[in-house]
Amino acid sequence: MLDQRNDDSMGNGSSTTRKTYAMLELCHVDTYYGNIQALRDISLSIEEGEIVTLIGANGAGKSTTLMTICGINRPRRGEILWYGKPIHHLPPHEVVSLGISQVPEGRLIFPDLSVSENLDLGAFLRHDPTGVRNDLDYVFSLFPILAERRRQAGGTLSGGEQQMLAISRALMARPKLLLLDEPSLGLAPIIIQQIFAIIEKVNADGTTVFLVEQNANQALRIAAHGYVMENGRIVMRDTAERLLQSEEVRTAYLGM
Amino acid sequence: MSACVWGGMDIQFFIELFFGGLTRGSIYALIALGYTLVYGIIGLINFAHGEVYMLGAFTALLVAGVLGVYGFPAGGILVVAALAAVVWCAAYGYTLEKVAYKPLRGAPRLSPLISAIGMSIFLQNYVLLAQTSDFVPFPNLLPPMDFLEYIDYVMGPSDFLILLVSTIAMVSLSLFIRFTRMGKAMRATAQNRKMALLLGINADRIISLTFIIGSALAALGGVLIASHMGQVNFGIGFLAGLKAFTAAVLGGIGSIPGAMVGGLVLGLAESFTTGYFSGNYEDMLAFGILILILVFRPDGILGKATVEKV
Repeated sequence: MLDQRNDDSMGNGSSTTRKTYAMLELCHVDTYYGNIQALRDISLSIEEGEIVTLIGANGAGKSTTLMTICGINRPRRGEILWYGKPIHHLPPHEVVSLGISQVPEGRLIFPDLSVSENLDLGAFLRHDPTGVRNDLDYVFSLFPILAERRRQAGGTLSGGEQQMLAISRALMARPKLLLLDEPSLGLAPIIIQQIFAIIEKVNADGTTVFLVEQNANQALRIAAHGYVMENGRIVMRDTAERLLQSEEVRTAYLGM
Repeated sequence: MSACVWGGMDIQFFIELFFGGLTRGSIYALIALGYTLVYGIIGLINFAHGEVYMLGAFTALLVAGVLGVYGFPAGGILVVAALAAVVWCAAYGYTLEKVAYKPLRGAPRLSPLISAIGMSIFLQNYVLLAQTSDFVPFPNLLPPMDFLEYIDYVMGPSDFLILLVSTIAMVSLSLFIRFTRMGKAMRATAQNRKMALLLGINADRIISLTFIIGSALAALGGVLIASHMGQVNFGIGFLAGLKAFTAAVLGGIGSIPGAMVGGLVLGLAESFTTGYFSGNYEDMLAFGILILILVFRPDGILGKATVEKV
């Protein structure tokens, strides 16, 4: 009912007709793994300051979407625009330097590096020591437990602490856009609450957030807009509020 | 029979073998570091690495020859020749990766391995044709070291130099890897390449840096061994490379302290075998160790449970 793939109003088609650009826009992106097509005609847009969520079942292509944005996977067709400029041909380190940081699925903490070293690497591309020190204080204020464990090896942290470290590491790059892939995966409900509260705070402090989740209920509660993905396609797009009330979303993703 | 005999064992002979083993082991360790660094980052056994060591020895010989003609002092010649060899071989290592391995990234694992063996054969024959198949004498450029007078049965000037220089090199490398920005980036890339990319680390630059560092260390080993043995030959890289590879596997391939420990253990084992049994068995011992390690403890002394790279 809300399938608006032919609607040009939300990030579809050429952007030349518009005067202002979205922060990030995907236009008709197709991504393949070898001969297997993982993303089919993905178009979406993220406005500065928003929390936008992408929900869908396991294997729908959500992580591939994030990896394509970051330049790890290359789209075979389509464009990715950052404030109107194409970035889909850039290597990953140049995408990061634009201000796009990802917290990947499974956290990917460096297990043999200390918490401090993991955080240092988050700021790898930065050359403003004072700013980095301030941001370190900032992430320690968000997650005081990390300050306590700063000398510990990343691999010795609990799942929740690793997720906090992964988010903090991404924030150390001082991103304009934070991409989060399943931050709630495998965590206890109380930790999930805490993580989502922090995501809202980070957003309120000025970072745009693109949140990929299977936990649709939680994600739609904090997001402004949402996209629903199935089998590599975007099948719905709307405000988060309306998606939460949609019959299809409720039966398919909220288990109601 | 020597004066200091203890429990039927000749202590002086034992100490001699011990330091001989350390000297030899330090050279293995210097080369083994190159194998382990490269393996840690891209999961490749760079079988052309031993040739870089050989090229280091030859480069130093050529530079020393030229400087000798102009009558520089011997000690100064050795320092300049060693630096030239290190820089030149670092450039070789960088180029080797760009030419032989980078185009094969993403190819099946066997392809870069075959390319490595090809590069090894190429470099050997290139030096054979450009130079000679004979053993070439390497001049003795070491200044006299009077302070070694009382322990001269344990080590001569070249042994002392090997221990000193390789210790400095290994300590510097450890500090670099542990504390610098690029050192951290190297460890991160070794642990998880994808995540390193997502943090803005340029993997190509890390890989190049790894080859540069590994080759520089191997060149240093080559210069040290040339001045120790007093001769150089195009074929010295083959056996030394295999021994150092054994040392890297023994210590745990991919582990930096492992390469150092593995090198020293192998050097000591060879030295004692040669001293108490026969020099004929030293190669057999080294490769016997390699086979036993691969069968019974493939992760080596300091390696961790192997995770297959995808």
